[in-house]
Amino acid sequence: MSPAAALEPVIGLEIHVQLSTRTKMFCGCELSFGDPPNTHTCPVCLGLPGALPVANARAVRDALLIGLALGSDLAPRSIFHRKNYFYPDLPKGYQISQYDQPLCRGGHLGDVRIHRVHMEEDAAKLVHIGRSGRIHGSDASVVDFNRGGTPLVEVVSEPDLRAPAQAREWLELLAVTLRRLDVSDVRMEEGSLRCDANVSVRQAGSEELGVKTELKNMNSFRFIERGIEAEIERQSAILEAGGEVEQETLHFDPRTGELMPLRSKEEAHDYRYFPEPDLIPVDVTEEMIAAARSALPELPAARAERFQDELGLHPDTARVLAFRLELGDYFEAALDADGAEAQPLANWVVNELVGQLEDADPAESNVAPEALARLVAMVEGKEVTAGAAKQVLARLVAEGGDPAAIIEAEDLAAIGGDDGELAEIVARAIEADPDAADKVRGGNAKAIGALVGAVMRETKGRADGGEVTRLIREQLSL
Amino acid sequence: MTDVTSLSAVEAAERVRAGELAPVEVFAAYRDRAAADELNAFLWVADDAGDAADPATSPLGGVPIAAKDLFCTEGVPSQAGSRILEGYRPPYTATVVRRLAEAGAPLLGKTNQDEFAMGSSTENSGYGPTLNPWDRTRVPGGSSGGSAAAVAAGLAPWAIGSDTGGSIRQPAALCGIVGLKPTYGACSRYGMIAFASSLDQAGPLARDVRDAALLFAHMVGRDERDATSLEFPEPVRLPEAERLDGLRLGVPEELSSDEAGIEPGVREAVEASLGLAEELGATVQSIQLPHAPHALSAYYLIAPAEASSNLARYDGVRYGLRVDDYDTLLEMYERTRAAGFGPETKRRIMLGTYALSSGYYDAYYGRAQRVRTKISEDFRAAFEDVDFVVTPTAPTVAFPLGAKTDDPLAMYLSDYCTVPMPLAGIPAISIPNGLSEGLPVGLQLAGPAFSENRLLDAAYALEQAIGFDGSAVRA
Repeated sequence: MSPAAALEPVIGLEIHVQLSTRTKMFCGCELSFGDPPNTHTCPVCLGLPGALPVANARAVRDALLIGLALGSDLAPRSIFHRKNYFYPDLPKGYQISQYDQPLCRGGHLGDVRIHRVHMEEDAAKLVHIGRSGRIHGSDASVVDFNRGGTPLVEVVSEPDLRAPAQAREWLELLAVTLRRLDVSDVRMEEGSLRCDANVSVRQAGSEELGVKTELKNMNSFRFIERGIEAEIERQSAILEAGGEVEQETLHFDPRTGELMPLRSKEEAHDYRYFPEPDLIPVDVTEEMIAAARSALPELPAARAERFQDELGLHPDTARVLAFRLELGDYFEAALDADGAEAQPLANWVVNELVGQLEDADPAESNVAPEALARLVAMVEGKEVTAGAAKQVLARLVAEGGDPAAIIEAEDLAAIGGDDGELAEIVARAIEADPDAADKVRGGNAKAIGALVGAVMRETKGRADGGEVTRLIREQLSL
Repeated sequence: MTDVTSLSAVEAAERVRAGELAPVEVFAAYRDRAAADELNAFLWVADDAGDAADPATSPLGGVPIAAKDLFCTEGVPSQAGSRILEGYRPPYTATVVRRLAEAGAPLLGKTNQDEFAMGSSTENSGYGPTLNPWDRTRVPGGSSGGSAAAVAAGLAPWAIGSDTGGSIRQPAALCGIVGLKPTYGACSRYGMIAFASSLDQAGPLARDVRDAALLFAHMVGRDERDATSLEFPEPVRLPEAERLDGLRLGVPEELSSDEAGIEPGVREAVEASLGLAEELGATVQSIQLPHAPHALSAYYLIAPAEASSNLARYDGVRYGLRVDDYDTLLEMYERTRAAGFGPETKRRIMLGTYALSSGYYDAYYGRAQRVRTKISEDFRAAFEDVDFVVTPTAPTVAFPLGAKTDDPLAMYLSDYCTVPMPLAGIPAISIPNGLSEGLPVGLQLAGPAFSENRLLDAAYALEQAIGFDGSAVRA
């Protein structure tokens, strides 16, 4: 093999999304998270003899919505298959899934192509009792069927990703897109979004794919990036040493950074897929598509583009606002309130507001979007300095209210302009620190800082720093 | 006073509704007979009628039903004839059983069957074979052999069974009663322990055609719990036809030939009844079902394939049998299933698993599905020319216990004439067609989907003309 520099990773993702429908995929049990074990079960999701599945129409609609959002081709008729294998979390001995006739094929999200989107049911949850909480060394394993039968949508990408960070970013885009569709909680830590990665490495420029491995169930965005990184390193090392990568399924241990084999190709299951005879085909009518289409909101990628193209936002700001839905919504509400320019308003939302609220949803804070818009407009109009405005914002965060009233009450209005008040303060500062004034006159530009600082102390931040500097230089005849 | 068990179910229900007969009397009479069952027809018998609808105002008048073991009945053993479900009492009741209870037919008991409905003699039951009331050294047919024997012997006024490849019609024929396999989807499968989902269909077994029609009338209908169920397009009527004027009957060459293994006595009985049909105004013609000879092969790929998947849930994890001696999960699965399933069930699980295996799917399962389509097309073409297809139900009369247990293929041939209809999803009825060597023979009529009312009419007219009397075995 050629040196490492010539190797190129090829990454595809398989994402399982738990839908947030009211009921399960094939029965009327309500979905739950964190409820006492086995309290949301019935003959159908327990796989009792004689019980039959009936497809959840809302889940089909949600899957169609996802397909539409990804620009997939929607099959007018798709069917369910049975995927047969034995495991205690699979009460029927098969999972109802879709196989060669999925609901959606093709499409793309960003510059990554979608291979397919299909519907299936989630397995139950195995709980291993014992010190480790893992299957090895446990005293017993028990099954909680609350999760069993939760509707899942599986999104499979084409192998279009080329770097771990890119994979992570793309997954974040998919997650925020799904969140905007309001079809899933999209919480990796709770398992409502799960991602497997197919990773291979090949010589850069080659059209052929290398032998791939599958990385299973990495439960955070960070672990996905790290897991893929580790796997690329592992495969590259094997290839550079002249070895061959073995096709296998690996589990990434985030604590050790190691990749543990789960099962190899020799043990690969023969799932004996065949059409599920208990269900009728899913016929997607024009009406169903129209209904889903009308429920389709503006998606984050399109929103980021609109923020850039129509509002002229910087791409980074646009992306942050578009990908944190609550920020984007708040920003647009503030923009509607009028008064502030888009980019400064966006900066205030992304930097100052987020800085003070951290992860909290601004819509639920004390800061009304109109209040922020007014404050930013006042900053832009030099009615208040940025520094003073931050104090105003802190008051808004603490107790809400009108920024103009706060400025008035706290005497935070900008000093400067034409009334000569600021010029007098500057003159007093120069008088009070003749050394600094001499140094500035002598060409030591840095020395001006002491004078500016003095003015700012005196004005409690109400003066504009640029204006203060201008006045100092003017009074020193520079 | 007449013994209530000598009344047909229709008569008994009418008398109850007219206030001439106490429903407890009907239930008690059958309960006593069922409890004294010497045929091993019942696996469980009810103590009382439970809380079914008020007999006096309900259409089925409190006349109780016997239900094949594979119908789930809440709190009552429902084992599908298998040791792997020994003692299993479901937390819910199958839709058809519930509907019948709501229509006034309480549960009398659960009847024996071939394990998971896999068999044609009830000898594959995990609970011992059922005996044929006409000759206790012979099989009652299967898989609904317990239901058929119970009705024939007067241990139950009527019963429900399930038919996948002939499991209602063939035992009905071998026991001298009426059995109807409805159109696929006419009766809900919800709560019916599955054998082969795309073929399984519940249906009535009854002493006569009118009883079968009345029971069937309260089994049908769309069930939102069964996605494959359909609304029956018209009310099911009690048949009254006396003539068959203008009715065109087709006799398929493929199901009458020597290849079908039809015994001479059975063949003569069919010919005699075709003669009666002509006297009643019907015309009889020979027709072709070119793919019918392949039906059995297709059936023995599709049914086991579905069964191999349907029976995967019996893994010892949650209900039914779990062996004690295992160290690993795999051992628990293997030993539980080895101990719980009988040989025929294991054979079909293996057949089906093989047929679905990667690399063999197209050659076996895929090809069988194509044959199935051809068989449906054959019937569709035949029904352009004739109203109904007529065949013997089973090629032979009831055979001796043990005669075919060592020869699965010979056993499978019992279903030669009954397997094509479920593959096409169409209804078929078997009615008693006289005796051969002192044993009942069955006549099968099959029609297009949802032609049950017309089928029941024709069957009723023929039944009157044939004049079969099964009362001797009910004594």
